[in-house]
Amino acid sequence: MPKALQRLLLGLLLLLPLAAPAADADYFIAAKANEQARLLQDWAAQPDPARVELLSALQQGRIAAGDTRKLRLNNRLRGLVDNALASHQLLSADSTVRLAAAQQLQKSAQPAQVAFLDRRFASEADAAVHAALALALANLQLVDSDPAVRLAAVRLLGETGDPMARTRLEALLEPGVESNAGVRTAAETSLAQVKRKLLFGELLGQAFSGLSLGSILLLAALGLAITFGLLGVINMAHGEMLMLGAYATYVVQILVQRYVPEAIEFYPLIALPVAFAVSAGVGMLLERTVIRHLYGRPLETLLATWGISLILIQAIRLLFGAQNVEVANPAWLSGGLQVLPNLVLPYSRLVIIAFALFVVLLTWLLLNRTRLGLNVRAVTQNRNMAACCGVPTGRVDMLAFGLGSGIAGLGGVALSQIGNVGPDLGQSYIIDSFLVVVLGGVGQLAGSLWAAFGLGIANKLLEPQIGAVLGKILILALIILFIQKRPQGLFALKGRVID
Amino acid sequence: MNQPLLVTASQKAGPRWTLAIGTTVLLVLLALPVLSLLPAGHSLQVSAYTLTLVGKILCYAIVALALDLVWGYAGLLSLGHGLFFALGGYAMGMYLMREASGDGLPAFMTFLSWSELPWYWAGTQHFAWALCLVVLAPGLLALVFGYFAFRSRIKGVYFSIMTQALTFAGMLLFFRNETGFGGNNGFTHFRSILGFEITAQSTRAVLFLLTVALLVASLYLGWRLARSKFGRVLTALRDAENRLMFCGYDPRGFKLFVWVLSAVLCGLAGALYVPQVGIINPSEMSPTNSIEAAVWVALGGRGTLIGPLLGAGLVNGMKSWFTVAFPEYWLFCLGALFILVTLYLPRGVVGLLNKRGEQ
Repeated sequence: MPKALQRLLLGLLLLLPLAAPAADADYFIAAKANEQARLLQDWAAQPDPARVELLSALQQGRIAAGDTRKLRLNNRLRGLVDNALASHQLLSADSTVRLAAAQQLQKSAQPAQVAFLDRRFASEADAAVHAALALALANLQLVDSDPAVRLAAVRLLGETGDPMARTRLEALLEPGVESNAGVRTAAETSLAQVKRKLLFGELLGQAFSGLSLGSILLLAALGLAITFGLLGVINMAHGEMLMLGAYATYVVQILVQRYVPEAIEFYPLIALPVAFAVSAGVGMLLERTVIRHLYGRPLETLLATWGISLILIQAIRLLFGAQNVEVANPAWLSGGLQVLPNLVLPYSRLVIIAFALFVVLLTWLLLNRTRLGLNVRAVTQNRNMAACCGVPTGRVDMLAFGLGSGIAGLGGVALSQIGNVGPDLGQSYIIDSFLVVVLGGVGQLAGSLWAAFGLGIANKLLEPQIGAVLGKILILALIILFIQKRPQGLFALKGRVID
Repeated sequence: MNQPLLVTASQKAGPRWTLAIGTTVLLVLLALPVLSLLPAGHSLQVSAYTLTLVGKILCYAIVALALDLVWGYAGLLSLGHGLFFALGGYAMGMYLMREASGDGLPAFMTFLSWSELPWYWAGTQHFAWALCLVVLAPGLLALVFGYFAFRSRIKGVYFSIMTQALTFAGMLLFFRNETGFGGNNGFTHFRSILGFEITAQSTRAVLFLLTVALLVASLYLGWRLARSKFGRVLTALRDAENRLMFCGYDPRGFKLFVWVLSAVLCGLAGALYVPQVGIINPSEMSPTNSIEAAVWVALGGRGTLIGPLLGAGLVNGMKSWFTVAFPEYWLFCLGALFILVTLYLPRGVVGLLNKRGEQ
């Protein structure tokens, strides 16, 4: 068949609004690559809901939904398919589909689609989709030959808070790109506007990662604060309790995968009690065998627990190897919540913040609403007097140590979901969690809470300005200065005890 | 324990024994470098490896002694002495790097394509200024940190934690390439010191002798301090700070003096360590190293001056043997050492020997 004739036929076909989808598919397959590209462009400019099925099949490399034959498309065609499909999906009734389509169009839309996008833009009811469409439309109009259209596009871009709008505007403001002075000034104002909105998102993002870091510090330091307040000893092996919790998660993951693979989605939930039990068990064992014999000698306890931590680390290294082990996120913890165009909050971190607060609440209830908690508080305030009143201080010590270690184990489960799990895991958190305890004051839940979140946020806010290392050093210096003013930490127990 | 243990020990055992053992050890140490100069193949020849190993342990022994001064006498457990040690080492390393690179920039700076030396490198081509830095860098840092720490009466575990955080921060800082101290790799590939080739046997022998001299000098200094009224005040400060204050003493000055002195001793030890071992990098500042120094002191016996030297020798000797024979079990051994010493040897080996002597 001569080429001209083929073209004519295709053109005729496009003029027929009632062309059946099956016919579309046949023509598409029969056409050469160039023709296919033209077809796709035309379809993108004039979407027809009937073609969605064909296009989504094409996107997956098939000819029709049920067809198993593979279709080879080059990169350009694949891009065009995506674009055409997005164009069609704008007609969808589902707003999330429309949003995804509009975001795709921001990247791929062609000038021929302006009229269609304009119509959709005018009739779109969903705010998020509306904003995304505005950006897609503005992207196209920026290259229009009419300055008035460009001006409108620039103003439109200024109203969005999208990182892409910034790159677009910056490209436009490069020397020699835009000749019209009015458009340039408008672009400058819009750029400033966009930057302001983006800055807001960035700051929020930093604050969020600060909260996230704070929640981890909180999980790491909470148990430490309890044992330090109660026994007056620093447990240098506390970081290793985190590590044990993380490794317990790893083992649970493997066991669940092997024996109950259908529950794999919920293995972190199974790991929580296991990790708590493992860490608490090891903690109580340590308290009974070593730490108990060192009461009243805090510096020696520090050294002995350091020895314990060395042994635990090496034992884990021999058992699981020195390399990091792989702990996978279940599906419901991966992905994130898009709050602003440049701010995505990962679900795993959101869950961990909530989890940390939940653990604090539980600990608070345990310390303030149970018999054990009463005993722990009594011993913290005055060991001798509590013993005189019949509090079994030895048992309380053991249980409190177990509780503190168990909380660290829970922290280990949380850590395994966002970081690497290796034998040195605990070492990297131990100094920070000590600083939380020092800053927050001993035996104080509220102090630990404020200190952990404060340190986390301060760390993350300083990081982009002066770098992570200098930020850490500055924070250390600030803590030393702070202790000048408040030697007992943020929240001190009031008392008149002197040695 | 009203008197420093060393004093008690020497009084009990009689000056004869102390003197005899001390002199023997000293003679052996003085003989080592001489024997190392013997021609290779001679039956009495001491290899360069042995000499370096013993020299390294002697440097650690000085650190242990310095730590004993603050921990054993003033009751301040520092977990950051590795920082002072490394600072002294880095100060000496700066000179050695300048010496190795001649008029040009040290190799790692050319690698970072820097065109000129940072300001704090000024003058480091002079040995005398490098020596000043060896004393000043750890001394000033200790002075500033100590001033603030003692002013707000930070003590006990709080003090330990803060010093640990300090050395940790130092390590992070020195790991950065931008800090200008060779980052991860630190300083190495030294060539000469004061014009003498650094790997030559004679240079090694002299450095070794200097280390022995510093050790003896710091031991003498510590001994004099411990016997003096100053030492008694320190002990009182350790045992009952408040009572000491009620007696009209201001503990801050005492603490600050012994703290800075200890830091400077560490710096000097580091300065002797670097040319002998031939490398200094930020891992020397890692909290692990500093806390290991605490176990040397604890094993030997706190507040005894001799004990820490013994402890440093024992632990490091064991470490060199273990890391060759059973590298995987060394950490178990070290961990067990930490636990057993604190549980069963609160006065260390020297305390154990003393008890024997009393019985």
